[in-house]
Amino acid sequence: MALDEGKDVKGGHDAREYDHEGEFRHVGTRPDRPDGVDKVTGRARFGADAYAPGMLHAAILRSPHAHARILKIDTSRAEALEGVKAVVTRADFASGLEGEDWNILENIMAGEKALYDGHAIAAVAATSKFIARDALELIEVEYEILPHVTDVDEAMQPGAPVIREGAAEPGVPEGMHPNVVRYHESGHGDVEAGFAEADLVIERHFTTEATHQGYIEPHACLAQMGPDGRGELWCTTQGHWNVQKLCAKLLGVEASAIRVTASEIGGGFGGKTTVFIEPVAMALARKTGRPVKLVMSREEVFRASGPTSSASMDVRIGMKKDGTMTAAEGTFRLQGGAFPYAPMEFTAMCAFACYDLKHVRQRGFDVMTNRPKQAAYRAPGSPMAAFAVESVVDELCQKLGLDPIEVRLKNAAREGTRASYGPTYPRIGLVETLEAARAHPHYCAPLGPNQGRGVSCGFWFNFGGETSVTLALSMDGTAQIAVGTPDIGGSRASMALMAAEELGIPYEDVRVTIADTASLGYNEISHGSRVTYASGLAVIKAARDAKRKLIARAADKWGIDPEAVEWRDGAAHPAGENAGDFEPLSIKEICAEMGATGGPIAGHYEATPEGAGVSFATHIVDAELDPETGKTTILRYTVVQDAGKAVHPSYVEGQFQGGAAQGIGWALNEEYIYGEDGRLQNPGFLDYRIPVASDLPMIDTVIVEVPNPGHPYGVRGVGETSICPPLAAVANAVSNAAGLRLRQLPMRPARILEALEAKADGEG
Amino acid sequence: MSMVHVSARVNGDAVEFLCDSRETLLDVLRDRLALTGAKEGCGTGDCGACSVIFNGRLVASCLVLGAEAEGAEIETVEGMADGEKLHPLQQKIIEHAALQCGICTPGILIAARALLAKNPDPNEKEIRYWLAGNLCRCTGYDKIIRAIQDAAAEMREEA
Amino acid sequence: MAKVKVHLWSALRAHAGGAEAVEVEARNIGQMLDALRARYPGLAPALDAGVSVSIDGRIIAASLTEPVAPGQEIYLMQRLKGG
Repeated sequence: MALDEGKDVKGGHDAREYDHEGEFRHVGTRPDRPDGVDKVTGRARFGADAYAPGMLHAAILRSPHAHARILKIDTSRAEALEGVKAVVTRADFASGLEGEDWNILENIMAGEKALYDGHAIAAVAATSKFIARDALELIEVEYEILPHVTDVDEAMQPGAPVIREGAAEPGVPEGMHPNVVRYHESGHGDVEAGFAEADLVIERHFTTEATHQGYIEPHACLAQMGPDGRGELWCTTQGHWNVQKLCAKLLGVEASAIRVTASEIGGGFGGKTTVFIEPVAMALARKTGRPVKLVMSREEVFRASGPTSSASMDVRIGMKKDGTMTAAEGTFRLQGGAFPYAPMEFTAMCAFACYDLKHVRQRGFDVMTNRPKQAAYRAPGSPMAAFAVESVVDELCQKLGLDPIEVRLKNAAREGTRASYGPTYPRIGLVETLEAARAHPHYCAPLGPNQGRGVSCGFWFNFGGETSVTLALSMDGTAQIAVGTPDIGGSRASMALMAAEELGIPYEDVRVTIADTASLGYNEISHGSRVTYASGLAVIKAARDAKRKLIARAADKWGIDPEAVEWRDGAAHPAGENAGDFEPLSIKEICAEMGATGGPIAGHYEATPEGAGVSFATHIVDAELDPETGKTTILRYTVVQDAGKAVHPSYVEGQFQGGAAQGIGWALNEEYIYGEDGRLQNPGFLDYRIPVASDLPMIDTVIVEVPNPGHPYGVRGVGETSICPPLAAVANAVSNAAGLRLRQLPMRPARILEALEAKADGEG
Repeated sequence: MSMVHVSARVNGDAVEFLCDSRETLLDVLRDRLALTGAKEGCGTGDCGACSVIFNGRLVASCLVLGAEAEGAEIETVEGMADGEKLHPLQQKIIEHAALQCGICTPGILIAARALLAKNPDPNEKEIRYWLAGNLCRCTGYDKIIRAIQDAAAEMREEA
Repeated sequence: MAKVKVHLWSALRAHAGGAEAVEVEARNIGQMLDALRARYPGLAPALDAGVSVSIDGRIIAASLTEPVAPGQEIYLMQRLKGG
């Protein structure tokens, strides 16, 4: 393989990063993950597994009201309780913040108003968790209860309670309710002309409920901060540099004053891309001068972290009898809680991204309600769009008697297609996923009574972001990699595979550590399916940097030009006219002498890779409906997705399966249920039911590999796209099983029974 | 506040501790005995991340009080491996990549071991229903089921 | 300096005289955004909130130094963020 010049280490903005030639030796194999033993023996330390001498325990008082003015907070009785060391309120945080920094502070500790059920009002640190909890009951808060709204459509109606005056950004159409804070519109062509060409136009209304990421590990942290203004924070997060940045801003200190160490992370799915409790624990630590541990209960996780947006959507698509789509239009209204930035522009941009459309238009509305601030959830905004659009595509296929995969192939976006959100696609893999789905035995397997098959496609943008990696070689020729992206799903294994591939050393000779914020340059959060793409690219580039240095050492030793040395099989070989003049020098031999040949050897990479490449998937699902109970059983499920290049195929399959399972939950069971009082009715795993083992079948996977030109090995992110198709795929399967078309999620048994009864009434 | 004195046996070792009467067995294991392998995912017995064996029975340790442990025999994930040798379930979970984040893994391991003690050759459905109280949000369970079946087969051969 | 053509998403167009695309002089994304701010001050809040840029179909999430050139297909997009 050709070695890069130094430019890649500094910048790396060339889209054409793909340069792999020949067979892979390590990439594509399935070794045990490096942290496997830690994870199966209980040795791995997660957020709540940290303790410190003299540690205090913290607890947070939360608003029982959906919307209320805070007239007075009296903490004196709590402070007087034996064992209570400090109470903090909003006054203990920075003032003068603006924009999203202010939003985040407002979300983690209420200011003038409580904006949702569960909104933090005050926090206590005490010598035991029981005393901390007891103290919460002694904090007296005087509220003036205000009218509230939790539904996205209701929040847009004239007369709806205003969450925050003047929050609307420029660009929101005139005359909208002040709760509509942002607006998006994009597309091309003339949709009305397009609809006029269609033989059939279908327009439908859809809703999806807010769901929670549902990571099994609640938010947890251990904070310390001394009178010198310097602190340390241990926490479960997808991005500790972001935690550092936000804590510094919210506490009014410099970023470098806080060193953040990421614990092992017990699931995130986007929900751990921001802060909730970390600045609160830091504020308490600052006030008490003692370590403070703060762990959310599951109820707090549901009431005050996450969730995703709920959506109200209208989609209209025109199709010719031969299956050609002539035009498409969608309106997507998302509520993101009592704050701006519901991901409605992604909903809009992803909605028709799978299709080659001459005429397409999409609009998005970002709406505020009295709910917790939405947080990113796996492909934020995209799954609901796919639910609406792919349901309408399926209905068109049903009415026109067309095969759903053939129709999707006929209209599929491919290289050169102008994307619905504007630009022209480079090489993409949608057609390949559709062809693989069509060829899969699942697609033609027989179905029984009350059973139906559903198909759906899905799309997601992937992400690069700031990335720093150091690869240090040991005296014995093994490699230690420091990366800054927490390992959410086995990424240490992928990093080690790529380093082993590049250096030509055994996988076992690579150790991967997640470094703290003081040990590496900035690293963007583990989000946007970026870890294997961006940290992986960084590991490859850092290994190449180290390799250049190894080659230089060998060249010096031989007294020849480095250009005349090549690296293969973990050793430097004289090449060209020097070939055969010297015995190869292995990495072990070069490293053993490193101190005497120029000093320690390490490779580095610091840059913002920008070639993540978009991602597509096609899912097939068989569902059976019980006409007596309305229960939907998922019988069989197949995920086909383009991974670019699967570095560790088992963990790629795992991402496909996990996304499908979460999507099935969103489709069938999961929802935030708010009462008339604006309170969340189901803040627990008993009533917010995520799929359990007995709810699911085996989930088959097909990894399609259309190399991403923006990565040296062709890798694309795989983490998120898998949650996009399942909502529609399941709805389409239910429709084909029972002739029912449910356009409201979740399709819980009561809703299906109601639809079955309505259908029977209609027929009778 | 008066504390309760408790003597018990954890992973074969005699332990003694003082605990608040409100503390759960999970609190005691983690906060007083430094055994943090069992995790609190919900505190209401719904997620199974805190699964331990209590006097031979699979329990959610967040639903047992620490004070109830007087004289009890408790087994946790920390006691599963035999010195350097992993339990076959532990080995197969790693080999099958049957974890992503790993937070549910200790509970799954304890629950699966309890299943195999009762039924050395469970079919897919039996495993799925047995594990219905152990939530995993990452994997979709597919690889977990395969790992348990594989471990069961290996354990039958060894037996 | 050469002119590049920048496509705007619809909500931005009102601040640029209703045009779907505008031309500004720039050699890289940073210069392009500065030129847009200078010419159309109304765009500043949206640009400051964070934008990604698609150049010939490749989405640049953050880089300001990425070169731009006449003849390229350039789209502004709201800043990408994942889960």
